[in-house]
Amino acid sequence: MLVAPGASQKGEAPGRTKRARRFFEGWTFVGPATLIVVGLSIFPAVWAFILSLQEWDGFSDATFVGGDNYARLASDPEFLDSVMHTLFYTVLFVPSSVLAGLFLAVALNRRIRFIGIYRTAIFVPFVASAAATGILATYLFSPQFGVVNNVLRVIGLPQQQWLEDPAQAMVVIAIMSLWGQAAFTTVIYLAALQDIPNELVEAARIDGANRWQTFWRVVWPQLAPVTVFVTIWQMIEAIKLFDLVFTTTKGGPLDATKTIVYFVWESAFKGLEFGYGSASAYVLFALTLLITLAVVVYSRRSKTEAF
Amino acid sequence: MVATQEAVGVTPQTSTAAAPRKRRRRRISGWHFVLAPIALVFVIPFVQMIMAALSPAKELVQFPPPFIPSTVTFENFAKLFATTNILQWLMNSIIVSGVAILAHIVLCSLAGYGFARLKFHGRNMGFLLIVSTIMLPTQLLMIPTYILFSKLGLINTLGAAIVPWLATAFGIFLMRQFFLSIPVELEEAGMLDGCTRWGIFFRIVLPLAKPALATLSIFTLLGSWNDLIWPLIAINDPGSFTMQLGIANFQGARQTEWGLLMSGNVIAVLPLVVFFLFAQKQFIQTMTFSGLKG
Repeated sequence: MLVAPGASQKGEAPGRTKRARRFFEGWTFVGPATLIVVGLSIFPAVWAFILSLQEWDGFSDATFVGGDNYARLASDPEFLDSVMHTLFYTVLFVPSSVLAGLFLAVALNRRIRFIGIYRTAIFVPFVASAAATGILATYLFSPQFGVVNNVLRVIGLPQQQWLEDPAQAMVVIAIMSLWGQAAFTTVIYLAALQDIPNELVEAARIDGANRWQTFWRVVWPQLAPVTVFVTIWQMIEAIKLFDLVFTTTKGGPLDATKTIVYFVWESAFKGLEFGYGSASAYVLFALTLLITLAVVVYSRRSKTEAF
Repeated sequence: MVATQEAVGVTPQTSTAAAPRKRRRRRISGWHFVLAPIALVFVIPFVQMIMAALSPAKELVQFPPPFIPSTVTFENFAKLFATTNILQWLMNSIIVSGVAILAHIVLCSLAGYGFARLKFHGRNMGFLLIVSTIMLPTQLLMIPTYILFSKLGLINTLGAAIVPWLATAFGIFLMRQFFLSIPVELEEAGMLDGCTRWGIFFRIVLPLAKPALATLSIFTLLGSWNDLIWPLIAINDPGSFTMQLGIANFQGARQTEWGLLMSGNVIAVLPLVVFFLFAQKQFIQTMTFSGLKG
């Protein structure tokens, strides 16, 4: 591949210049983008790790403290709470978004009238920013003037405090997340459903399976790799929850919605503890890696090849 | 992967079914009773948002709230324009997303092509490095990036919001996948006709890449337009606020002035909603692709 067969007798020199030319040509194509991506990811990732071993307020000299920041995190109740809040949100959001996506995809995967309208209605919240979604949530779920409480009033149920109640705030955030993100899992499942060969479903029907059996015995196993994938994806997204919290509760009430990223942001950019903030960000990263790994291993064990 | 995208993309158009389904069309499918209420639930928040934006302020601090506003008024929008720099924020976001999309189109297609087609020393290593960065969450990188940008003097400028969106690992990956899927023969023909690499890239390959560039642009638009946490960290100067940062900041000052908050929301969300309605197929392709990259 390096030198054309005919040219090989001419010796090494032309090959070398050709290689050099290819080298320069190649890197002119890929260089700028590579520089930006690597410069803004690998380099900061290494830097963040170094920071996490230091104590630094951004102004005075940094002091090396080794693993102290990590030790402090392990015994910081505020941080441990933020981990619990994040996991609570993950448990609320991930299964519901995967199931909602599966259900909506099955429902939308048919040719009936108005299907285009239904599809558009369900997908359009996806483009709304988390910031706007959060602000909208404060209005819809306002305890005094909100539409949701009005609906409860009309159907004769007691009104709730929603985002102002520590026990309900995270649930409201998960509901709004679902509203915005259901489109994503739906689209992925829809693509997977349309990839399933029709003969497979028809064969099952001929063998006497009803719709329910056909779905769970034939279609669902075919979707398994996609299920593993969207579960991992949504988990990683859920662990990084921030924007919605910022525009709904700012971590409150009583810190009930303070997530890991919120903790990272607060300790670094409010408390100016860049070292401590970086250490907590590394815990976040480790958590995403761990969860991804766990799901992959679990799916390998149960013989679902997704990767 | 391409086949999947096609399948999703095509179906919205083909809802008028062929002959075998004729009989079905007469009776109403039971799925309407499932889908119509769900669709309604998804749309109601938007409807509420728009109605609040158009309501007189005092009707929004009543309970129970009126079902529809008594009069349609633009006073909220007028007050919003008078008391905030919302047009500036909008302009800033348009600049950020515009530059991001242009830079993505140029840099990511160049890099994607280089990684897909050219053979040079360090190619595989470079690509592996880029793909490995997809796992790194922005939240891990934001503290050092903030320090780096403040040393470069980018903090509090629009540049801080733009630079991380000049090129992304996902964009490079997407374009590489696309270029791998087009036949080499086309380029070889160009080579025989005496085209240079650059000629081949600009005259033959890039014109073929329009669908991939649409996906790339939508991905970049969604990410750069909707980002909150990074502008929140990097920009404190109200003159350089992006739209999302602007409304988030404004919310802090105007807790329950729903009319104002919702009219701000409408302006922040509307551009992408309109885009979505016109290019739904491309948006869905983008979502499918970003899902299938793993």
